[in-house]
Amino acid sequence: MTSKEGTLPFQFMADSGTPSSAAAAALPPAQVGGQETASVVEVANPKMAIEELNFFYGKYRALESINMQVAEKRVTAFIGPSGCGKSTVLRCFNRIFELYPDQRATGKILLDGANVLDKRQDLNMLRAKIGMVFQKPTPFPMSIYDNITFGIRLYERLSRSEMADRVEWALTKAALWNEVKDKLKQGGGRLSGGQQQRLCIARAIAVKPEVLLLDEPASALDPISTAHIEELIDELKSDYTIVIVTHNMQQAARVSDYTAFMYLGRLIEFDYTNTIFTNPRRKETEDYITGRYG
Amino acid sequence: MDKISIGHHISHQFNVALEDVRNRVLAMGGLVEQQLADAIRALALGDTHLAENVITGDYKINAAEVAIDDECVQILARRQPAASDLRLIIAIIKTITDLERIGDEAERIARMTINLAKAGGSDNRAPYYHIERLGDQVKHMLHDALDAFARMDAEAAVAVWREDRKADQEYGDITRQLITLMMADSQAIPKALDILWSARALERIGDRSRNICEYVIYLVHGKDVRHTSIEHMEKEVLDQRGN
Repeated sequence: MTSKEGTLPFQFMADSGTPSSAAAAALPPAQVGGQETASVVEVANPKMAIEELNFFYGKYRALESINMQVAEKRVTAFIGPSGCGKSTVLRCFNRIFELYPDQRATGKILLDGANVLDKRQDLNMLRAKIGMVFQKPTPFPMSIYDNITFGIRLYERLSRSEMADRVEWALTKAALWNEVKDKLKQGGGRLSGGQQQRLCIARAIAVKPEVLLLDEPASALDPISTAHIEELIDELKSDYTIVIVTHNMQQAARVSDYTAFMYLGRLIEFDYTNTIFTNPRRKETEDYITGRYG
Repeated sequence: MDKISIGHHISHQFNVALEDVRNRVLAMGGLVEQQLADAIRALALGDTHLAENVITGDYKINAAEVAIDDECVQILARRQPAASDLRLIIAIIKTITDLERIGDEAERIARMTINLAKAGGSDNRAPYYHIERLGDQVKHMLHDALDAFARMDAEAAVAVWREDRKADQEYGDITRQLITLMMADSQAIPKALDILWSARALERIGDRSRNICEYVIYLVHGKDVRHTSIEHMEKEVLDQRGN
């Protein structure tokens, strides 16, 4: 295990060996959505480009020929029913799937033109550039302060005062500083669920990534904490490229600039969020977001 | 994309709610059509009794608008509709505003009828003939616009929209005729003005029926064609059919 992988939440590794694959495995991947090509818009200022991305859990093909772009300093949301592959796409972006045997991706994911999936790509550097936050808040069993510094120490040597500044910066960015500044030595696990999730976001941005991946970041939170996270996403997008996977369509509508709709391992439609939620092009998208059966 | 339908939601209750609000709009449309027909008839025949009925009947239209608005607010709050469902609710909210105003115009015509009867005196029936023609035109426009709404038929909506030119033309004719009348006989001016206001009300009803057609196109194709040309509108609708 590389040093960067040490920053992964332990719980995630224990919990989600094959995320959503149990449901997906039962579905035939082939003729879904017909052979029609996806309806995909070009983005104005792409940070990432996904080209012919395929993904396999062993022999099962979970993603089929995904082609799309992720706009820089914008929020891109992935929506779709359980098992559609939206989390799998996210897991390809920072190659976190490589923690598990038998999982592989083919095709290209270009980050500023360099292929993330290239074996020569330095994983540590990649994951410093592409941070990730998971569904369940996963603070490390250590103090709030150490939760933030843990990742930074892997990449940078900072003086004590620089480190203190960075911790304050990250917690401020994550809209948590005012609530925790007097108890930085307290264990991170003693915070509320919403605060823990913001701590995880602070931890992710403390290493100053370029892209932030959020996998269902608010689905375990109450509405008020969810509103805080959504407000935070809106603020963070002035500095970061954000990709969010969510089950909550209203959340995607609220926070994202672009929305990708996936169904059974395929990208069906990718467009401006405004278009997807008012006038989608594909019937599958329309049926999903209006709660119809196909 | 296929023609939109309002059923087939996983939630049966949602289907029922949308179907119900749509039916209420159609019922309100029927009410407005009746009021308009009565107002035109009252004006043409100088029937003040019928005109009184139109005036007292307007509250039903107002009540329908309030009730449908409330239902739409409930659906927005509870269902957060998206895509065609959202467009349906938006189109309904806008349509009933125009329907309510058409009801007001009918009431205005009824009041003119009573004014004209009170004024008494001799009558030149020629303008009434044109008023009836204009009245028939806008009655048909309203009927066809509501029909396009009921069937969610954008092409029919474009056809109705085109009809409005004729109504505008008829209104122009009436205006010229009344001006001539007023120049020839200054005694006739008060009555001629009442007839002119009635013609104006009918012309506005044509415009409002045209608005409803624009909402139908928005509802069906998600394209906002307000304040555009008929050519642009036809292109939008035809492009969608080509898809």
